[in-house]
Amino acid sequence: MSRRDPVLRLWPAALVVAALLGAWQLAASSGTLAGALGLDSFLVPSPAQIGASLWEDRDLLADNAWVTLQEVLAGFAVALVLGVATATALHLSPLVRRISYPLVVASQTIPVIVIAPVLVVWFGFGIGPKIAIIALICFFPIAVNALDGLATVPADQRKLMRSLGASRLRVLTVLEAPTALPYALSGAKIAAAVAVIGAVFGEWAGANDGLGHLMLVDNAQLEVPRLFAAMVWLSAMAIALFALLGLIERRIAWWGEPRRGDGSRR
Amino acid sequence: MRAKGKIAIAERLSAAAPAGAEKDPAELTAPAAVRIAGIRHRYGATEVLAGIDLEVAAGETVALVGPSGCGKSTLLELVGGLQDLQAGTIAIAGRDSAAARTARSTWMPQSDMLLPWKSAADNAALALRLAGGDRAGSRRRAAAMLDRLGLAGFTGRRPDALSGGMRQRVAFARTLLAGTPVLLLDEPLAALDAITRAELQTWLRDTLADEARSTLLVTHDVEEALYVADRAVILSPRPARVTAIVDSPPAPPGSRADAISAPAFVAARAAALDALGGTG
Repeated sequence: MSRRDPVLRLWPAALVVAALLGAWQLAASSGTLAGALGLDSFLVPSPAQIGASLWEDRDLLADNAWVTLQEVLAGFAVALVLGVATATALHLSPLVRRISYPLVVASQTIPVIVIAPVLVVWFGFGIGPKIAIIALICFFPIAVNALDGLATVPADQRKLMRSLGASRLRVLTVLEAPTALPYALSGAKIAAAVAVIGAVFGEWAGANDGLGHLMLVDNAQLEVPRLFAAMVWLSAMAIALFALLGLIERRIAWWGEPRRGDGSRR
Repeated sequence: MRAKGKIAIAERLSAAAPAGAEKDPAELTAPAAVRIAGIRHRYGATEVLAGIDLEVAAGETVALVGPSGCGKSTLLELVGGLQDLQAGTIAIAGRDSAAARTARSTWMPQSDMLLPWKSAADNAALALRLAGGDRAGSRRRAAAMLDRLGLAGFTGRRPDALSGGMRQRVAFARTLLAGTPVLLLDEPLAALDAITRAELQTWLRDTLADEARSTLLVTHDVEEALYVADRAVILSPRPARVTAIVDSPPAPPGSRADAISAPAFVAARAAALDALGGTG
């Protein structure tokens, strides 16, 4: 397979983004967009105004982004540890699986936006409730994907490991864990994309800083360009985390899904 | 010459005993006979094995030949302690518990089942590492084995960079390096193309002749059975019983083509096919 230059691969996407931004700029600066929406034009910022806010408010945005990033990373890390540990326990014990799989699924049905204020009431305005909320929404995709990955190992492959003298623990570490790793990382990528949303919900429920908090303030003060600038930061954060995980995936889990070995592929 | 080779290998096997696997490593790797008596097996309502009695002498290669789905693979997994016995007994070196049989045998399935993230050497060294061997030492021994199996220069390659025949040889190196006295080969060449397969039959035959292992070789190919093994046990369609045992004729010197066209071989093949009822 030929690996093309990333610049060459990315230019169609870049072109589309540039065209959209250009159209938005024209529509916003001419007042067409605000007119069509029936709004005052200062409520509908152009990309140039958002860009200006990104630059002028850079210290404020960066300080709040740092707060949010810490929440996201900590919540994501907690979800990663709990998700992988849960998947392993569920995989190793059919009894544990029967008992707790419904709970794992239930964890995903909890409406985060409802539970966030409760957590703030319980744990205050600090980072704790945010980590809990982010961990709650990141946990499910990581746990379920890791569990699916562990279950993809064919029975014959486990038999082979036993025949070669592997204990149950070694079957897990030598065969099942590496097989499941690409799946777990796929789950982590999904989790990374939603982690930022969790942080915003957490901050909306009660916070003194962070990008979500800043967005509430901007909304109240009709600082619409800065509101959009905060969203740009949030998106960039999610994309960066996603890309980082993609990089890790290619580095440490390049084998991808297990080869359905029939011995005849050459 | 052949006997001397076997003694040398037996010594090497003893030296290569997996550390800490059981109390007496030498006992685990000493040449051992396999005794199969009264094996019956069923999956739900389907009876697959209807009373199998069979002995494999220490160092002997016995082929199990039968139509598809007759239970050959099941028998192999039962010998290796990889499935629970339902009726009958199987003993390796006189020990009949499943754990004792798993410890004394190595199963090689039709698919190579190499781990795609490990190099050829690390795949071959799997059993050594599982037995607690250090990485460098295990790799060295794996490289020596791969060298012996004609894979020198490929030790660092990952499975997806190897041909089907090469991967099968890596899988075979992994099987041999486990150091057990019994090898359970389940159609090890079935997935290969005809040319590679013919080549590897000669290679397998020569390699097994050098080894002091007792080997059960499952195949549906009568020619392969008689060419590679010392004798072929012919099984009936499901539920399987032993219908005939055909001794392989002594191989004349020369190529595989010469061996399989020798009159004694042709006669043995005819006898085996006759016992199979033309289903082979």
